[in-house]
Amino acid sequence: MGEGTIMTTSFVRSELVKPMAPPVALGGPIGWMRENLFSSIPYTILTIVGAYVAFMALYTFFDFTIWRAVWVGADRDACLDEKVGRSVGACWPFITAKFGQIMYGFYPAEERWRVNLTYIVAVALLVPLMMPSLPFKRENAIAFFFLFPILAFVLLVGGSIIDPWLVVFGWLAVLVGIVLLVFYVMSVVEKAPNQQLMIYGAAALVAGVLLLLIARTSAFDYPALPVVETRLWGGLLVTLVVATTGIVVALPIGVALALGRRSKLPIIRMLSIALIELVRGVPLITVLFFATYMLPLFLERSPDALLRVLVGVSIFSGAYMAEVIRGGLQAIPKGQFEGAMALGLNYPRMMGFIVMPQALKLVIPGIVNSFIGLFKDTTLVSIVAIFDLLGGLRAGFADPQWASPVTLYTGFAFAGIIYFTFCYFMSRYSIFIENRLNTGRRK
Amino acid sequence: MTDQTLPGRASEPPKVAFFNDPKIRGYLFQAIALGILVFMIYGAIDNAITNLRNQRIAGGFNFLNTTAGFGISQALIPWSEAMSYGRAFVVGLLNTLLVAVVGIFFATLLGFAVGVARLSRNWVIAKIAYWYVEVIRNLPLLFQILFWYLAVLATMPTPRNSISVFGLFFINQRGVTMPKPVFQPGGEFIAYGLILGIVLAFVVRAWARKRQEATGAQFPVVPAMIGLILGLPVLAYLVMGMPLTFDYAQQGRFNLTGGVTIIPEFLALVLALVAYTAAFIGEIVRAGIQAVSHGQTEAGRSLGLPEGRILNLIVIPQALRVIIPPLTSQYLNLTKNSSLAVGIGYPDMVSVGGTILNQTGQAIEVIGMWMLCYLTISIVTSVFMNWYNQRIALVER
Repeated sequence: MGEGTIMTTSFVRSELVKPMAPPVALGGPIGWMRENLFSSIPYTILTIVGAYVAFMALYTFFDFTIWRAVWVGADRDACLDEKVGRSVGACWPFITAKFGQIMYGFYPAEERWRVNLTYIVAVALLVPLMMPSLPFKRENAIAFFFLFPILAFVLLVGGSIIDPWLVVFGWLAVLVGIVLLVFYVMSVVEKAPNQQLMIYGAAALVAGVLLLLIARTSAFDYPALPVVETRLWGGLLVTLVVATTGIVVALPIGVALALGRRSKLPIIRMLSIALIELVRGVPLITVLFFATYMLPLFLERSPDALLRVLVGVSIFSGAYMAEVIRGGLQAIPKGQFEGAMALGLNYPRMMGFIVMPQALKLVIPGIVNSFIGLFKDTTLVSIVAIFDLLGGLRAGFADPQWASPVTLYTGFAFAGIIYFTFCYFMSRYSIFIENRLNTGRRK
Repeated sequence: MTDQTLPGRASEPPKVAFFNDPKIRGYLFQAIALGILVFMIYGAIDNAITNLRNQRIAGGFNFLNTTAGFGISQALIPWSEAMSYGRAFVVGLLNTLLVAVVGIFFATLLGFAVGVARLSRNWVIAKIAYWYVEVIRNLPLLFQILFWYLAVLATMPTPRNSISVFGLFFINQRGVTMPKPVFQPGGEFIAYGLILGIVLAFVVRAWARKRQEATGAQFPVVPAMIGLILGLPVLAYLVMGMPLTFDYAQQGRFNLTGGVTIIPEFLALVLALVAYTAAFIGEIVRAGIQAVSHGQTEAGRSLGLPEGRILNLIVIPQALRVIIPPLTSQYLNLTKNSSLAVGIGYPDMVSVGGTILNQTGQAIEVIGMWMLCYLTISIVTSVFMNWYNQRIALVER
């Protein structure tokens, strides 16, 4: 159709329609409000009711925690309406008075610097580990997941400063020595003896045994820190110790169980599945009861109460971690496995160098989410008589010196703020990593 | 360092040492794993026998027949202190199931509401739902249970000053008291009517769907279902000469008399579990609805379907496919989380079992029974939900 035909058709208009005036307000704040707040009568009602509810919730919270709050005082008199002469909000002096108990439990006051130092080291190692742009991830991870636990043990428990390192590295050297010697024997059977293996293996074995012997003699006992028994631990310290130990120990357990579940060996696979599904099918509290009441029956000597709980929590989070890691393993394309096999890598090398690094990177958000879950779940240890943050707080409620109508709410507000802050920022971090990994699907 | 041990020389025929044969290696590893396991179990049993003998605890389940001697504040089956530990455990199990069923019902309702609110075009509603989810998800469940129990329900007025709602419900420190239905002779027909109503309602729904698929004619399914489910019991009630009366609670001088009371432990547990699980279900529902492509809604509109039908016939069936599997695990989580009842002394399975454990010292048996019960509940729930999931799954050729 040419231009001419249009021009000659009489009912086609020849000039443009004048543009209509734009709708009153589609852009700008007013337009936005029309669209999102007052688009219809029911919506307007919803908006008003919702705004009122939100306002009341926020007002109640800030009114209680800030505007009507009492900030200084010596005992309950500071927080009683009739003594103060007004309606009192949060009783913050209660928290100040109980702060030590809520943070450290009965950890001796003069030794609390050790706890603080542990926190500082943890933050110093964790922050660079969490920032993807910084280098030395491998060294940092080794420091945090391997060296830091020993350091934390030395600092928190006390006793000799050097012996725990000797013991850990001694056993490690013995293990490495044995593995190298086994490889040497295998090379001999294959009629290609590798002398190097024997030398290194024997050296590691001897060094390990020496380290263990030195640890035995307690020759390095002199700069000892006073021992603080774990039954004195409490408050946020226990919450953090349980959550961190749980997640750090859960990683190797999770990797082992995830590999076991995907293994081709039927017995290994069945055992892994049985353990994972058993633990995931029951509540954490029954696992804690198992660790507290049943585990001592199965051992010759009953371990310390906190240690029993740590065992329970580690088994529990290990089973969940296994499923998280399995998800990561399943996301690795088959080509990666085949490529590794084609290069002639054996199973440990294929997993250790090719598959696991990719899979673990994929599941970082899942690991952080497990950590959030575990952090919240640590509250359950108070049921088996370990005083965590919540337990310390409840002990504080029972103090008649601070008995007032607002004590309870103050405590809940304080604990709530702590838990929320921790979990909220961890979940933000998890979302941040997820978005970084999702570069391909970003819209 | 182990490179030299690899038999990789191309000139020779591949002669593999026996320990490099993957098959033999497999057997070897499994044998080692099994050996370690057997060794550990043997050691554990050996220690357990010694320890139990030292503590003078007889193994086995005979203790279940012994008189329990403790009170239970809520029992669905008749309970007295003179009854056995075994029955106490069953009372606890039933209480766990009650919390789970009630909790799942309300958590699903609230969760779907939250999920839809998250997607609301109303900015205020969407933001409120968002912050509800964020706050609730980031606070420990035990914290929330204790909050409801200690900071909300325990601060209610004394029974003497109960808050009265229309004179039917009374709220006080000891829980919520409401009218108690009393069945007179013939009252069972009301229950039969209800069951028959539900069955007929589903039959009608199936018939209506079939008819609509065959002829296109629509049938008012929802009013018919409501009518059947409500109408039949009412009909039975009238026909049998009103065999159902209510025992209303009376405000006495110091206490309430009559009615049936829901204990505060149950309320705190259910409120916290519902609020907590609903936040997770809300996120699942939101993800499910967002997973339905916008083209589906547009196609529905271009077919001329009204908004309600687009939601019912196009969006929800597709969203459910995404929602059901994670929803199942939330249901299981709720059931398992109900074990936190022990924190406030609601007599669920763990709480009652814990008392039995403390009184008898039969740790192995009690913990074994717990795990068996929870595993059974988990398996039954997931089998049911898998069946439902398969029913609604996409049928592909």
